[in-house]
Amino acid sequence: MQALFGQLLIGLINGAFYAMLSLGLAVIFGLLNIINFTHGAQYMMGAFCAWFLLNHGIGGLTLGYWPSLIIAPIVVGIVGIVIERTMLSRLYKLDHLYGLLLTFGLALIIQGLFRNEFGSSGMPYQIPSVLAGGINLGFMFLPIYRAWVIVASLVVCFATWFVIERTKLGSYLRAATENPALVQAFGINVPRMITLTFGFGVGLAALAGVMAAPIYQVNPLMGADLIIVVFAVVVIGGMGSIMGAILTGFGLGIIEGLTKYFWPEASSTVIFVIMVIVLLVRPAGLFGRER
Amino acid sequence: MAAIAERAAIRTAARNQFLVPTLVMVVALAVAPFAGVYPVFIEKALCFALFACAFNLLLGFGGLLSFGHAMFLGTAGYVAAHAAKVWGVTPEIAILAGTAASAALGAVVGALAIRRQGIYFAMITLAIAQMMYFFYVQAPFTHGEDGIQAVPRGHLFGLIDLGDPLAMYYTVLVVFVAAFALIHRIIHSPFGQVLKSIRENEPRAISLGYDADRYKLLAFVLSATLAGLAGALKAIVFQLASLTDVYWTMSGEVVLMTLLGGMGTIFGPVVGAFVIVTLENYLAGFGEWVTIITGVIFVVCVLAFRRGIVGELAAWWARRR
Repeated sequence: MQALFGQLLIGLINGAFYAMLSLGLAVIFGLLNIINFTHGAQYMMGAFCAWFLLNHGIGGLTLGYWPSLIIAPIVVGIVGIVIERTMLSRLYKLDHLYGLLLTFGLALIIQGLFRNEFGSSGMPYQIPSVLAGGINLGFMFLPIYRAWVIVASLVVCFATWFVIERTKLGSYLRAATENPALVQAFGINVPRMITLTFGFGVGLAALAGVMAAPIYQVNPLMGADLIIVVFAVVVIGGMGSIMGAILTGFGLGIIEGLTKYFWPEASSTVIFVIMVIVLLVRPAGLFGRER
Repeated sequence: MAAIAERAAIRTAARNQFLVPTLVMVVALAVAPFAGVYPVFIEKALCFALFACAFNLLLGFGGLLSFGHAMFLGTAGYVAAHAAKVWGVTPEIAILAGTAASAALGAVVGALAIRRQGIYFAMITLAIAQMMYFFYVQAPFTHGEDGIQAVPRGHLFGLIDLGDPLAMYYTVLVVFVAAFALIHRIIHSPFGQVLKSIRENEPRAISLGYDADRYKLLAFVLSATLAGLAGALKAIVFQLASLTDVYWTMSGEVVLMTLLGGMGTIFGPVVGAFVIVTLENYLAGFGEWVTIITGVIFVVCVLAFRRGIVGELAAWWARRR
C-alpha cells in the first residue's frame, strides 16, 4: 500500500508539471499558432535561474526559493519575449512548421550552451526550510514540499484558467485567437498581446522549472525528454481548451504513476500508448476541436 | 508543330537538369576512393544522404514534417544487424529484412499520424518515435546501451566479400544511386504530381477526386521504407546498430540536412547530408559545440535561408538566365 500511494504521489507531481507545461504550450499555440519546442529548455532555464540565485546571487546577494519563484519566470519570460520579437515574429506569415523548426534549433542552442557551462551532471537544490520535512498520514509519509508543489500548481493552473475564461483580458485573448484581424480593428494592440502571451507561456514553464528544482536535480537536459511527453499530453488533450490541458496533465500523471506500480516496464511508454489509442478513437483529442 | 517541339525541348532541358548533375555526382563518387578520400567517410555520408532523400520525399513533396524518422532508420538497423549476426543470413537478406521491418512500421505509424495535420503530425511522429526508443532501450535483442556490435558484413549474394573496403564502397554506391533514381522516378510519376497537389491545396485535390489520405499514407510508407534501407545499409557498413539511431536527435538531424540542402529539391538532401557529416567529422572533438552549431544552422536556415543551399543556387541560376 505504501508503495502504491508513493507512486500515486509521484504521478501527481509529474502530472502537475505536465499540466503547467501543456497549459503554457496551449496558450502560446492558441494565439501564435506555433508549437514552442523551446518549452523544455525554458523549463530548464527556470530551474537554473533558481539554482544560480541561491548559489551565486546578484552582486553578492543570494536569493532563496521564494524570490526565485517570482524572479526566474520574469527573467526567462523576458528572454522569451526577446526571442519572439527578434525571431518568431518574422515567421507568422509562413507555414507554422517553420516556427517549430526555429524553436527546435533554439532549444538545441540553449541546451548545448548550458551543457558546455555546467556539464551534464545534476546539481542539487535545497528544499526551503519552511517546506522541509513531512507528515505521517498513517497510510503514507507525505513530504511537505511535494504537497506544496501539487497545491501551488493547481492554484497557478486555475488562476490561468480564470484569467483566460472569466476576465475581460481573457476575452480579448480568446477573441484574438479566433480572429486577430477583427480584434485589431477594434483598437486592441494584437502584436503586443501576442508578445506578452508568449512571455507568459514561457514564464509558466520557468515557474514549473523552479518548482521542479528541489525534486529533480537541476540539469541542462532536464527538459529535453520531458517536452516530448508533454507533446503527447497535448495531442491527447487537444489544445482547444485550457481546462482540458489541466485535466489531461494531472490525469496522465496519475495514470503514469499507477503504471509504475503495477507494470514498471511500461511506465515510460504508457502515455504514448494512450496517445495512439486516443488518435484512433478521437483524433481531435479528448477536449479538442478540429480546426 | 512549333508548340510541340518547344514542349519537347523544355522536357529535354528538364531531364538534362537532372541527368547531368547526377552523372557528375556518380562519376565523382565512383573515383573518390582513388582520389585519396577515406571510403568509410563517404559511405557514412551516402547512408545519411539516402536517409535525407527519403525524408525529403515526405517533407519536400508531400508537405508532411515527420519529427520521428529516426525510428525507421533505427528499426531497420536493429533488424538488419540482428538478422546478419544472430540468424547469420547474407547481407542482402539482412538489408531486405531491415527495410521490410521499417516499411511495416511505416504503414502502422503513417496510418495513425495522417489522422492529424501540420503541427500535430510532427508531434505525433515525434511521440511515437520516442515510444519506439523506450521500447528498444528495454528490448533484450537490442542489448540496450551497448547496441548490437560486431555485426558481420558477410558475403553479398554469398559471393562478394564485403570485408573488402572497395567491395563495400561500391555496394553502398550502387544501392544509393538506385534509390536516388527511384526517388526521382517517384517524384515525377503521376503519383508524385498528385502528392505535390495535395501539398499545395489538399481540399482542392480532394474535390478533384483524389483520396488524399491514401496518397499521404503511401508517401509515408515509401519514405519509411527508403529510410529503412539507409538504416539497414548503415548497420552493415558500420557493423553496429545502436540507440543513437533511434533517438530524437537523429530525427532532428535529418530535418536539418534536408532544410540546409534545400527541401523539395532533389539534390538538396544529398548536399545537406555531406555538409553535416563533414561538419560533425571536424567538430567531433569539440563536445557540445556540435549541438550548438547544429542549432545555429537551424535558426539561420529558418530565418534567412529557407530555400537551402541547392534551392538558393537554383534561384540564382534562374535569375542569371
